[in-house]
Amino acid sequence: MTTLRIGSGAGYSGDRIEPAVELAEKGGISYLVFECLAERTIAIAQQARLADPEAGFDPLLVDRMRAVLPACRKNGIRIVSNMGAANPEAAARAVLGVAEELGLGGLRVAAVSGDEIRAALVAGGHPLSETGRPAAELGEALVSANAYLGAGPIVEALEAGADVVLTGRVADPSLFLAPMIHEFGWAMDDWERLGRGTILGHLLECAGQVTGGYFADPGIKDVPGLARLGFPIAEIDPDGNGTITKVDGSGGTVTTATVKEQLLYEVHDPAAYLTPDVTADFTGLRVTREGPDRVRIEGGTGRERPATLKASVGYAAGWRGEGQISYAGPNARARAELAREIVRERFALIGLEAEELRFDLMGIDSILAGMSPPGEPAEVRLRVAGRCASAAEAKRIGNEVEALYTNGPASGGGATKSTGRIIAMLSALVPRAAASPRMTMVTR
Amino acid sequence: MTQLREIAHSRTGDKGDHSNISVIAHDPADYPFLQEHLTAELVAAHFAPVLHGGVERYEVEALGALNFVLRHALGGGVTLSLALDAHGKCLASAMLAITLPDRAPAGP
Repeated sequence: MTTLRIGSGAGYSGDRIEPAVELAEKGGISYLVFECLAERTIAIAQQARLADPEAGFDPLLVDRMRAVLPACRKNGIRIVSNMGAANPEAAARAVLGVAEELGLGGLRVAAVSGDEIRAALVAGGHPLSETGRPAAELGEALVSANAYLGAGPIVEALEAGADVVLTGRVADPSLFLAPMIHEFGWAMDDWERLGRGTILGHLLECAGQVTGGYFADPGIKDVPGLARLGFPIAEIDPDGNGTITKVDGSGGTVTTATVKEQLLYEVHDPAAYLTPDVTADFTGLRVTREGPDRVRIEGGTGRERPATLKASVGYAAGWRGEGQISYAGPNARARAELAREIVRERFALIGLEAEELRFDLMGIDSILAGMSPPGEPAEVRLRVAGRCASAAEAKRIGNEVEALYTNGPASGGGATKSTGRIIAMLSALVPRAAASPRMTMVTR
Repeated sequence: MTQLREIAHSRTGDKGDHSNISVIAHDPADYPFLQEHLTAELVAAHFAPVLHGGVERYEVEALGALNFVLRHALGGGVTLSLALDAHGKCLASAMLAITLPDRAPAGP
């Protein structure tokens, strides 16, 4: 194979669906990869699976597959995605169901699992990175523990002939690296190529964030056509260098600036970007414009992979309660500040028990507390949020804010209230043996 | 005074309770100026109201970029934080409000 073309069909679970269809129909790609599994999503999915053994995969899986499978089958495009979440086997069965419904016979679907390591984490006594305490101390609150797997089991699925590979927790760039390893026959200790492939995978993993999404700043950094943003394609050479581009005529833009921003996104040390497959090094990269919406990425490298795997650990952290109400017109800020004081006093009077409380004046200090210049806003919205041990306690927060309608300052409007369970995430480093990656070809 | 926004662009990412904010020179020729003036100390002072840890600065000359890691800047992390912008996505724009000294006039 000379050049491999991989498209990125989603950058998060709720991402737009049409750009992936556009890639499947017009992208000239061999692989379409969907990254849809945020840190916390798998903990929530794990709970869904406990309630229903056939649940626990991405809620948009069926819609996405229904949209892209016809063009993917027609054009011989293979699909890789972590939409399997907490139940890759059930996700694979759901995709086979979609294929049957669309009359697409002979689709081979593989599931990659074995990232679930809750028992091994507890038994091994591994400490949590944030607290230094063993995960077992979370007791009943511990909801999930998943190790980030590497490209290996996906490569195995592709070698077994899978048209669609659905995984649970896999490092995001590894989803993209796997097809490169499979197509080019890279060795699993070819650190330079694995490093380069990982860098391209990192550029693709957030989809539209490299083609002009999350970038526009009117007048300084203008981006055309964001309402029909095209998702990225990487053209990869056998040595792991490559070009980022997008479908001709789609919205967005690919420039050295969009590429550089995404290169450093969610990166700490650019000389040591750790994945289960390799320690990638961005520091020698050359990022150059090759043509309109074409940017060349060369000169990356890599070193030996980390000895341990990172795991994300979900735990039940109580309940969030929230209430909001708006004030507008002259003296809006003073009325919102009075409302805030009233709610504070009410919480003391009713003996609200909260582990943490937060009072924001939206429009003034809700995003950049202490960093906004003083001034009189045309409108301001009080937001009160708190974390409580029970749903009943959390509910009292919104109730007190709502009661400002008839008990608070003049002309408060648009009150809303909500509560929700908090699943919080911690992390741990575990020995590779704690995970047991496995690939299965799934039949209905 | 030079507002950072005039010479650089920026993007925020999150990992746990830590935020990374890249600062990339529009023109690579401005990178040495950024390297000299946009110090970890200056960034820490700018973000003091939201910062509960230290600031590390990584230099990526090949990209004309600096990468700052702000420790404990996300109110306990995306999944626990009660903040409206729990990811700290808006911090990149706040970074660009930093003012730096005037640049030396361009060479002859």
